[in-house]
Amino acid sequence: MENETFVTITSVSDIITAREHGRNIGKSLGFSSTDLTIIATIISEVARNILLYAKQGEMILGAVKHGNRQGIVIIAKDRGPGIPDINLAMHDGYSTGKGLGLGLPGVRRLTDEFEIISEVGKGTIVTMRKWVMQND
Amino acid sequence: MEVPILKQGDYLIATIQAALTDADLLKLHYALVEQVGKHRSKGVIIDVTALDVLDSFATRTLRSLAHMVRLRGADTVICGIQPEVAFTMVQLGLTLEGISTALDLEEGLALLIQSKRRVG
Amino acid sequence: MPSKKDTVHFAGKTNLDTSDESRSELLRQLVAHLRENRTQLRQEWARRITEAKLLTAMSQDEIFAEATTIYDNYVDALQSGTFEALQTYARDLSERIIPRGVETHEVIGIVLLLRDVLARSLFAKYQHDFALLNRILDAYEPAANRIANTVAVSFVQERERTIRQQQEAIRELSTPVLQVRDRLLILPIIGVIDPQRARQLTEQLLRGIRTNRAKLVVIDITGVAAMDSNVANHLVQTVEASRLLGASVIVTGLSPEIAQTLVTIGVDLSKMNTVGDLQGGIEQAERLLGYKVVPVGESAIEEQRR
Repeated sequence: MENETFVTITSVSDIITAREHGRNIGKSLGFSSTDLTIIATIISEVARNILLYAKQGEMILGAVKHGNRQGIVIIAKDRGPGIPDINLAMHDGYSTGKGLGLGLPGVRRLTDEFEIISEVGKGTIVTMRKWVMQND
Repeated sequence: MEVPILKQGDYLIATIQAALTDADLLKLHYALVEQVGKHRSKGVIIDVTALDVLDSFATRTLRSLAHMVRLRGADTVICGIQPEVAFTMVQLGLTLEGISTALDLEEGLALLIQSKRRVG
Repeated sequence: MPSKKDTVHFAGKTNLDTSDESRSELLRQLVAHLRENRTQLRQEWARRITEAKLLTAMSQDEIFAEATTIYDNYVDALQSGTFEALQTYARDLSERIIPRGVETHEVIGIVLLLRDVLARSLFAKYQHDFALLNRILDAYEPAANRIANTVAVSFVQERERTIRQQQEAIRELSTPVLQVRDRLLILPIIGVIDPQRARQLTEQLLRGIRTNRAKLVVIDITGVAAMDSNVANHLVQTVEASRLLGASVIVTGLSPEIAQTLVTIGVDLSKMNTVGDLQGGIEQAERLLGYKVVPVGESAIEEQRR
């Protein structure tokens, strides 16, 4: 990982900070403006989950390379209550708009790679990667 | 950061300048509802042109705001959603269902005036 | 002129002459055999095509009709020894069946089946004269292989050409969003829509709505190559995103079949404003925008009255 940036999440303004860092990393990688918005929004969503459920945690943002592809990696970590039923949380019925659930299915749709590890009582780690789109 | 609320005849206009904290958003929520009641406004326009992200929290807040404003007999129009933001919202499944949307302030006002005329 | 039968017996009895002349005699006899047994050989072939589950995109009647033409072209090529006509036919056939979704392995499959069917009929006919059978096959096989090759290659070339054409067309549409009138945009969607292209189109449309301050968008899907759940979802998302920018969307070019597909996928068509064709969609859009479409003649009369 390059450009590794750590952002502690304890308040809402931290969410905004994390978003900005994400945007900057994304811009340096050459993401389109739409992708930059997507990146900022994803960060906002997972960071907010940290605040809501774990009260605090941390975001790790960085640039990654895989072969001839470049991308951004977004990691959200917390030592919160954990997710009891991950399958349920990843089910589309739990959409963000309804105010329930974590909005993860939507976030996953917007990322190229999505991994979630969670244990009740221990915490949660969400790792996401998004690759810069290649042109024809 | 305080969001300024302008009164234009029967309508209130709130232009959001930058990324708001949750607290600011809630303050705006209460302020608008209060002002609608005070001035018996017919409609509220919220200009989100400057927002580069509309996440689930912001969407929920806007929806509940529109709901409260409607309870006081006024319409809400959200205007100025950026193309990239609209795209992301739709991909995330965030909808502003039930709230009118317009391209900008001018369109937003026209929409409010038009709908009030129809209701008569 | 000696009858064909005499010629055969003559060739069979005397020697293993593989000269060009006798070879062409053999071919002639072969062609005659294929023409005489045209009906049953075609039927046999069509039956085996169906049995092998090839050309499933076509109906029985269609398969038989094409089989007939291919057969006749095949025999002609055998007879003439020239393959230009066959090539032309193969390209023409490919042009017709590629949009139907017929694939390369199917085309190669049916041509090989025909070769088998014809070869077997030769075995049957000449089973009593092994030497003659061999010579007939010597004449038949190179030609048959050349034919199989010609047809397969023509198909593949046509397929590649079609794909290149589609890609070019898609690339050429660099500004697919057309402003027809003030506040009205038209987005004709043409060809194959992969996820990347779909996203590109949506982004372009949204930017176009903003730049042109459009209040109405007509999305025409008449030219969409295939409507599946992915394309349908993109369409729904595009409509929703446009609404967030204050623009209403009219979807045109929705055939009853596609409408059915969308409903089956789970798209709520009642939420979508749909009109049958592009012209109708534009007219409705203009009405909604408050434009009065006045024929030229009428306004001239109005001017006279003043």
